[in-house]
Amino acid sequence: MSKGLVEVENLKKYYPVTAGLLSRHVADVKAVDGVSFYIMEGETLGLVGESGCGKSSLGRTLLRLEEPTAGRVLYKGSDITRWDKRQLKELRKEAQMIFQDPQSSLDPRMTIGDSIGEALLIHSIGSEKDRLERVEELLKRVGLEPEHAMRYPHELSGGQKQRVGIARALAVTPKLIVADEPVSALDVSVQAQILNLIMDLQRELELAYLFIAHDLAVIGQVSDRIAVMYLGQIIELADRTELFSHPLHPYTEALLSAIPLPDPHQKRERILLQGEVPSPVNPPPGCRFHTRCPRVMKLCRQELPTLKLLEGNHLVSCHLYG
Amino acid sequence: MNNTVLEVKHLKTYFFTRSGVVKAVDGISFGLRKGESLCLVGESGCGKTATALSILRLIDSPPGRIIGGEILYHGEDLLRCSSERLRQIRGNRIAMIFQDPQTSLNPVFTIGDQVAEQIKLHLRLKHKPAMERALYLMEQVGIPQARERMKDYPHQFSGGMKQRVMIAAALSCEPEILIADEPTTALDTTIKAQILDIFRDLKQERNMSILFITHDLGTVAGIADRIIVMYGGRVAEAGTALDIFDQPKHPYTHGLFNCLPNISAGRNRLTPIPGMIPSLIDPPEGCIFNPRCEHRMPICSEERPKEVVLSGEHFVACHLYS
Repeated sequence: MSKGLVEVENLKKYYPVTAGLLSRHVADVKAVDGVSFYIMEGETLGLVGESGCGKSSLGRTLLRLEEPTAGRVLYKGSDITRWDKRQLKELRKEAQMIFQDPQSSLDPRMTIGDSIGEALLIHSIGSEKDRLERVEELLKRVGLEPEHAMRYPHELSGGQKQRVGIARALAVTPKLIVADEPVSALDVSVQAQILNLIMDLQRELELAYLFIAHDLAVIGQVSDRIAVMYLGQIIELADRTELFSHPLHPYTEALLSAIPLPDPHQKRERILLQGEVPSPVNPPPGCRFHTRCPRVMKLCRQELPTLKLLEGNHLVSCHLYG
Repeated sequence: MNNTVLEVKHLKTYFFTRSGVVKAVDGISFGLRKGESLCLVGESGCGKTATALSILRLIDSPPGRIIGGEILYHGEDLLRCSSERLRQIRGNRIAMIFQDPQTSLNPVFTIGDQVAEQIKLHLRLKHKPAMERALYLMEQVGIPQARERMKDYPHQFSGGMKQRVMIAAALSCEPEILIADEPTTALDTTIKAQILDIFRDLKQERNMSILFITHDLGTVAGIADRIIVMYGGRVAEAGTALDIFDQPKHPYTHGLFNCLPNISAGRNRLTPIPGMIPSLIDPPEGCIFNPRCEHRMPICSEERPKEVVLSGEHFVACHLYS
């Protein structure tokens, strides 16, 4: 039985570390190390974590922009890790990506119209006239003017460029969009505009999002469910309200308590984590978080906890909840 | 009693570019008192960094030039003193920390050498005592195994640790004033909380005056005594932290709060500020915020609003209150 639009099973992505003249393989960066989850049609799964936790690698591997080391990615029940080039091209019509930095994801020598229309051209969708009309429609849809089609990226502001990035992803009428930190390069007043656009589009086009961000406030704004990632693994996954009201994993608790709230009256008990994220080349044995965990036990140093399903559809990977 | 340590009066810093004159800072005045933390808040291009750099005459020239105003450090105008005198003050009495610790550290010198450098220069200490002092400072800001890590190079440090090094270096001469330009923006949530704690301790234990520059209202709430909200190179509103957070008056300040994602509010649309940040080459006439303001009146596009004192230290530059 299929659980959703996308199902990820025990996905791993290792990057080899090489050394010496012959590029001897000495170790692996375990960017994504055994991750499983699903995304339903029309829902937003928020993926949050600090830099280096593997959230971007996960997003890219999910779309096979990176080849997975192990595991399966089922799209509508079919394992895309086995698909060939021709099938992958078909996948690109249904699954798209929005990048963090709209500056570097647009070709500076192409007009905005050409950039948006490129996907249509590659997939041979419509006549030239149809494509121009579609580009115009997309520009309006993301809140730009048809005139912007003739402009070049350097003539646009950061927020406008991100709108173009979204229009490009929408050109092929996808069902799934992986959005990798789509608003973190933007100013707050513009960030709100783009977040609204992303939420509006979801309602109208019934899109499913994997929304990747390091900012829990942003994630909380857009997500139905939220997955928290630490050092290549998902350590907690729950509905947004459940996660914010009853965080279980000590890392999630610390992350939530560290969000700077725009309210000087709020004096919270902050859980200050000691130390830093260990290297994903040589992750600590046992629970990956035990080196920083304020509630570490003997078992945590020895045995890696697995994701366990608790009440309220709440998944957590921690020995405290054994 | 006058305990103002630094006073900025009618500062104007313009950048003379090929496409025109950018009025980055256009007549800004404020005072910084002993032992207080003052936050300059605003979005990109509002002139907050240019203000900070102007204080220490670090504006790149050309294209930038401070074309007017005074910067009084205990009554002495830093804009008119000799460069030799300025060197005595810079780094010694007034220290600065930048956003990106990566670019502020020299990759070919060890961390210890770089922290000790200004100690040797300003306190005229020999190598050995300077290194001892550097070690003490690095321990103060919470760098573990500081004695060993002094021999490391910047690339062996993480982002959070590099920012600690920058703070240690800035503190080396026990400055009276610390200017921190987005010191936590490049850091992860849990590390950001650690660094903000260091700033709070510095203020309390050393009675240091901190000019803190950031775009993040959450960070501001955690650290500010007083706040200056900047927009388009001018002051929109200023007051105590409670004035600004509890009773924001300027429509721009209101807008900034409204467009923040809020975890407790749920999946709702945000209320963004329409439009975008204006070009400072050809800024709108009158109030620079008027094209984006929902309370726009005819006078707003004709006359630049004067600062209106509302109560105590709370003032606003808006025609609604004049």
